[in-house]
Amino acid sequence: MTPHALEIINLHKAFGGLSVTQNVNLAIRPGERRLIIGPNGAGKTTLFNQISGDMRPNSGQISLFGTDVTQFAPYKRAHFGLSRTYQIITLFTGDTLEHNVTLGLLGLRSSRWQMWRPLSFYGDLTAEAHRTLDAVGLLHLAAHPVSDIAYGEKRRVELAMALAQKPRVLLLDEPLAGLSNTERSQVKSLIASIPRETTVIMIEHDMDTALDLAETVTLLNYGRVIVDGDRDSVIADERTREVYLGV
Amino acid sequence: MKWIAATPLVALLLLLPFFAGDFYVNLASQILIAAIFALSLNLLVGYGGMTSLGHASYLGVGAYISALLTSRYGFGHGPAAIISITGTIAMAAFFGVIALRATGLGFLMITLALSQVLWGLAYRMSNVTNGDNGIAGLTRPMPFGISLDSAASFYRFALLVAAVAFLMMAIFVSSSFGSSLKGVRDQPRRMAALGFNPWMIRWITFIYAGFWGGVSGLLYVYYNKYIHPTSLSITSSAEALLGVIAGGSGTLGGPVVGAALVLLLKNYASAYLERWNMLLGLVFLFIVLMMPTGIVPGLARLMTRLRRGLR
Repeated sequence: MTPHALEIINLHKAFGGLSVTQNVNLAIRPGERRLIIGPNGAGKTTLFNQISGDMRPNSGQISLFGTDVTQFAPYKRAHFGLSRTYQIITLFTGDTLEHNVTLGLLGLRSSRWQMWRPLSFYGDLTAEAHRTLDAVGLLHLAAHPVSDIAYGEKRRVELAMALAQKPRVLLLDEPLAGLSNTERSQVKSLIASIPRETTVIMIEHDMDTALDLAETVTLLNYGRVIVDGDRDSVIADERTREVYLGV
Repeated sequence: MKWIAATPLVALLLLLPFFAGDFYVNLASQILIAAIFALSLNLLVGYGGMTSLGHASYLGVGAYISALLTSRYGFGHGPAAIISITGTIAMAAFFGVIALRATGLGFLMITLALSQVLWGLAYRMSNVTNGDNGIAGLTRPMPFGISLDSAASFYRFALLVAAVAFLMMAIFVSSSFGSSLKGVRDQPRRMAALGFNPWMIRWITFIYAGFWGGVSGLLYVYYNKYIHPTSLSITSSAEALLGVIAGGSGTLGGPVVGAALVLLLKNYASAYLERWNMLLGLVFLFIVLMMPTGIVPGLARLMTRLRRGLR
């Protein structure tokens, strides 16, 4: 049996008396498209932060492809094939789009330690960055600083930085937040085109779009997994209606 | 365009000893030394976002090791320089481990505390450092048999070292590693998620800055042929930091301009004013109010605005 792309066992995290992740168990197959839903404050982003290593759980275990990464620093997990995007856009605003994506590429290469050679001499990095920007439809803005571009375009740069790393597991934290309808469909087809080698785990509130992309859905509430399973059965579940859909 | 503009400056620097008197040549040597020191501090402050108030440690310790080895233990200048730089690097590695447990204000306080310890030692351990009397009667090295005793020959030596230092640091900040450093300054969390090790990047930069601090310390002690605990004092650290911020942190030209400004004020104003520090404070205040990002970025912005206005 091949190991799960991501496996979470009995994860628990509390801030003082407030438990934000309670006894969470998740198992996600390689290549799966998983949607994580839940009302505000359900602990979705906190869960992502624990998977990416930004936060340490109080107890429990996180494994990537069969390796226990619970004690790994965030950068080590990145080298293990994990990438993420942020709900609040986290880009290098003073730098060009090209530079932003290049940093994403550089992060996994040993040339990031190189001190005696200007970065601009690495033509292959620039070419690769341009290819990635082309894939998200932003090549024409490559030389512009991030501070110059529109919000929807920034969302796509977020995605481009993560995609450039060709991750094995990709965490998308509300990739559609604040986008217009046209932008939504652009980003949607972008996510749909991510190759199957990449396992995609996505937090999203826009159910119409997100459900089209998802195969399996996990519903969180008060830090607990309420329902977990394939898309249609979770949506049909009474508890989903009660907690989240509110119909 | 930039290179054409730099040509007269390079010519001026090279030809200075031919037309300027010894006083000015010596002043220029001092500015070069202060510029290397400020540039090394700028790696931390400007490019790394690590504001250190203890950078004099590296200048002072580099200088003291060389002074002690040559004057007391009969070492030649070559081996003394190598040991002093190695010692400074080792100290930076150790201090870095301590200081980088914190960021921001905590980092500043730790660097300050560490440098104050060294300053206290230099003052009080008088059996080794000769305390408040300092160590006098030092000599300048003779690289390849060339005497550096005249103002002009020392200036050329300092100019060569400063040019190498400037070039090395310019390449450093434009390299992959330099980009990682700036990334860690702006978005440490994101950088970690992308696979960069923020702590290691900061630590290596800390050591590299310590190395150039040590180099400037060697030049400092060669120039003065004397070393005193004030070289390790908070004033020494603060002057460099003021220079970096006034000139423009995170730029290559800024620290050089800032270091020159501080040194010129010190040399000229102190002849007329006993409290020249007050004048430095006023000038600093003026710069911060008029050009919050420093002289070099401020002037650059002014130039582009003028050029746009003319069009």
